[in-house]
Amino acid sequence: MQLPVINKETPVSSASGCAAGSCGSTNDQMNHLPEHIREKVFNHPCYSEEAHHYFARMHVAVAPACNIQCNYCNRKYDCANESRPGVVSELHHPVQAVKKVLAVAATIPQMTVLGIAGPGDPLANPERTFETFRMLSEQAPDIKLCVSTNGLSLPEQVEELSKYNIDHVTITINCIDADVGAKIYPWIFWKNKRIKGREAAEILIAQQQKGLEMLVAKGILVKVNSVMIPGVNDQHLAEVSRMVKAKGAFLHNVMPLISEAEHGTYYGLTGQRGPTPEELQTLQDACEGDMNMMRHCRQCRADAVGLLGEDRGAEFTMDKVEEMEINYPEAMKMRAEVHAAINEELESKRLAKEAKVQLVSIQGSRPKEATRPVLMAVATKGNGVINEHFGHASEFLIYEASSAGARFIGHRKTTPYCEGGDTCGEGESALDVTLRVLAGCEVVLCSKVGYEPWGPLEAAGIQPNGEHAMEAIEDAVLKVYEEMRVAGKLAVKIIEQQKVA
Amino acid sequence: MALEIIESCTSCWACEPLCPSKAIYEAKPHFLIDPDKCNECAGDFEDSQCASICPIEGAILNADGLPMNPPGSLTGIPAEKLAA
Repeated sequence: MQLPVINKETPVSSASGCAAGSCGSTNDQMNHLPEHIREKVFNHPCYSEEAHHYFARMHVAVAPACNIQCNYCNRKYDCANESRPGVVSELHHPVQAVKKVLAVAATIPQMTVLGIAGPGDPLANPERTFETFRMLSEQAPDIKLCVSTNGLSLPEQVEELSKYNIDHVTITINCIDADVGAKIYPWIFWKNKRIKGREAAEILIAQQQKGLEMLVAKGILVKVNSVMIPGVNDQHLAEVSRMVKAKGAFLHNVMPLISEAEHGTYYGLTGQRGPTPEELQTLQDACEGDMNMMRHCRQCRADAVGLLGEDRGAEFTMDKVEEMEINYPEAMKMRAEVHAAINEELESKRLAKEAKVQLVSIQGSRPKEATRPVLMAVATKGNGVINEHFGHASEFLIYEASSAGARFIGHRKTTPYCEGGDTCGEGESALDVTLRVLAGCEVVLCSKVGYEPWGPLEAAGIQPNGEHAMEAIEDAVLKVYEEMRVAGKLAVKIIEQQKVA
Repeated sequence: MALEIIESCTSCWACEPLCPSKAIYEAKPHFLIDPDKCNECAGDFEDSQCASICPIEGAILNADGLPMNPPGSLTGIPAEKLAA
């Protein structure tokens, strides 16, 4: 998603036909990437809110060892932030992992991307990680490979990494200042010693930056992940964003800290809180001026399988995979057909969008009065339309409507109102959770909303709206915004006295 | 003189490739150290390699049965929080 104004230094795809400043409405976040990068990632579910409804990814857990400790991670589980804890992953040997990947790719042809993300650090397990990549490059050349790392041993692995079909590398960079780093990383294992404190952070940061530069020099795409830790690195991440962009990273993904006490992490047990959705968004907005931001990361587990936000891992446990007979060369033909059909649909959607943008820019030539931006929450099951009941939504997509158009800015998870029962844990009802999660939003668009939540939503300053069921999200958001403008609710001076539940 | 891995080991594999004596091996329910092979890295490294990368406090014991990485030494989590 973008406002071209703030990304105007980025070349716009020559095919898009929209000069900077004219197409502020409905672009996907990939559209402002340079064409050669867009081509590499257009069917990568992690890079596009749109693509992730069509293409799937999977992770295989082949990399159990780690060479650092992060304060948001409890090694008794999987890494709490790169892969959410709960059930420990079924660890695979490379041969098993490859079998599983081929089985998934043949069963879910939409699966285009295979990542190795853990549960430890993939590059701290170079033999397992690279053996998996080597076999997949040979046996399944139609699958893109990606890997994420804390960066400590990245510089020494860049040469090996560049040998495979590796689409991009993700480096988790939480800081570029060792004093900040000392509050995040208690130790690293470096040159046969455990090193603690500031010195450890200094080495880690230097390795991450060196690795980033080396990858960029090799022409491998680099995405940077950062965990936002309020009071620790929140003030620092805008600087991180500027630095990694200057060094050539193509995307920055700021993720909220997950720190429930039951995860047993240092942060969880010492009461370090994660950011509120609003704090996260404010920081993402602040970074966006400098960097392409990623807004729809669902923080998948290290062994996730399927479309973003869904996990079909249970269908592909090792005992089930062992029983499947896969003819991959045959599957590859079928996959190619499925991919071609999806690409055609995406392309026609893109063209339709562009046509509409041009129409809007012609019609919209009459200057309107200045209006303030409004956040709207949308309940959707996917396909870009409003097709989910308020009470069934386990997450809401958040859009910002403004005179420049509608832009996707993130997603917020909740407990579905209809499944929540009276209370969930700390005496907070499911509806309370949703009201809290939707703080800052003035409208919630859904296919249907019950009578019961209607009152509390209105009281919290969030207008429920079920009038746009099955309509395209961005069209509906802009229609409602226009209604608000006509009703005089968007004057810049009026500041909503919203009650935050 | 040998180190010992006990049940709190999470079988994360970090130590196994580092052992200069090839004393560490995969076993169920957790990795083990062959006491006949382990020499605590004497002559090879200043610090015992397995104990220097192990992320789990208390999972590796020294010859006296004491933890190489006592509670709180790696994560910084105060003992009273760990007990809770």
